Amino acid sequence: MTTTQQTETLPLATLNNVGVRFGKTVALDSVSTSIEPGLIYGLIGRNGAGKTTLLSLLASYRRPSTGSVHVQGDDPFEDAARMSLVHFVFARDVSDESDTVEETLKHCARYRKDFDIDLAMDLARRFGLDRKKSLSELSLGMQSAVSAVEGLASGAPLTLFDEVHHGMDAPSRNLFYNTILDQRAATGRTFVLSTHLVSEAAYLFDQVLILHNGSLLFDEPQDTLLERGTTVTGEAGAVEQFTADKTVIDNKRLGPTAAVMLYGVLSDQDRAAAEATGLECAPASLQDLFIHLTEPADSLTKGGTHEINPA
Amino acid sequence: MGTDPLFVQIKSHIEDMILSGRLAPDDQVPSSTQMVKFYQVNHLTVLKGMNMLVDEGIIYKRRGVGMFVCADALDRIRQARREGFVSAYVLPLVREARRLGISHAELLSTISHAEKEDTIHDNHATD
Repeated sequence: MTTTQQTETLPLATLNNVGVRFGKTVALDSVSTSIEPGLIYGLIGRNGAGKTTLLSLLASYRRPSTGSVHVQGDDPFEDAARMSLVHFVFARDVSDESDTVEETLKHCARYRKDFDIDLAMDLARRFGLDRKKSLSELSLGMQSAVSAVEGLASGAPLTLFDEVHHGMDAPSRNLFYNTILDQRAATGRTFVLSTHLVSEAAYLFDQVLILHNGSLLFDEPQDTLLERGTTVTGEAGAVEQFTADKTVIDNKRLGPTAAVMLYGVLSDQDRAAAEATGLECAPASLQDLFIHLTEPADSLTKGGTHEINPA
Repeated sequence: MGTDPLFVQIKSHIEDMILSGRLAPDDQVPSSTQMVKFYQVNHLTVLKGMNMLVDEGIIYKRRGVGMFVCADALDRIRQARREGFVSAYVLPLVREARRLGISHAELLSTISHAEKEDTIHDNHATD
């Protein structure tokens, strides 16, 4: 570790054991993570899990109650240079904004030196935005598109999107996803996407952060996370026998066929044993894993306990 | 085949492009970002598939430019696919024929018939 350290890239941002409390409510509880340059992060969690709070910390919109936040190695709070490295994009209320789309984007270009106004105007056109319309005249989906364009064209090394694309229609979301991929490939920018649209956005994520009740349940490369879930399908008796000593997180029955989702990396011997008894093993999707790892344990009908140890 | 891991499916798709002649030696392979968009599959998964092709001598990397098809890619893919032909194609065919009660003679004549009638020929199919 010591000899290779100097060749490793420095993290763009880190959260060091941060906690955030609102009165008696714990929004985040000792969360530590490190945002590495050039990756696309998926931040997923149920409503109230703490996603927006986590993003607000990275963007210096608030300070943690405990622990520390670093951007490029130091506290970004009230440090203009460090704060400008991070761009936080969220759906904001623009119902009384009379500025036009074009004025809004030009305004962004004035206060962010890396803002690419040509890219912004091109994206605005491709999102179908009328640049002469005032923001208050736009539909919610179109307002989201303006926010998305601001973030995509910001040039910020670390760009945080908080459910920004949720109001957009499917073609617009597709353009949003493609532009993120293009920006990452062309400039090495880093993105964190908080989203509930897990299955459709999953392919973007290099690294997945799953927040649950204010704690970081998972923080790992998507392929590593997906190896933790396997769906075993086949004759119900054989499935039951195979899964008896394993952690079952979902259980489905269709006549004589059972499909059981297991939590835990399957060994090669396990796989061979499953195949020998005619069972089919398929990787679980991110959405499936997310659903079953964050649902209340008592919603399980049978099978193993719901103790998840991500370590 | 549909249950192969995604990186294997991507690897197979690139191999198919080479087998059919749509990608020739020294042609540039689509970039990983293009593939992420096309397949809607994660970047790491795409890289995993491409790295396997590099390891097998089917594509090679030019630093800062991209990935290209190796001169003997076609031969290597054919060799590898021939080795897996029975398990990937013949056994499933034989098993399905048995389930459907298709006799040995009927199966052979079906294959001969399909060979004659098939109008789809990849560039390299007859060389």
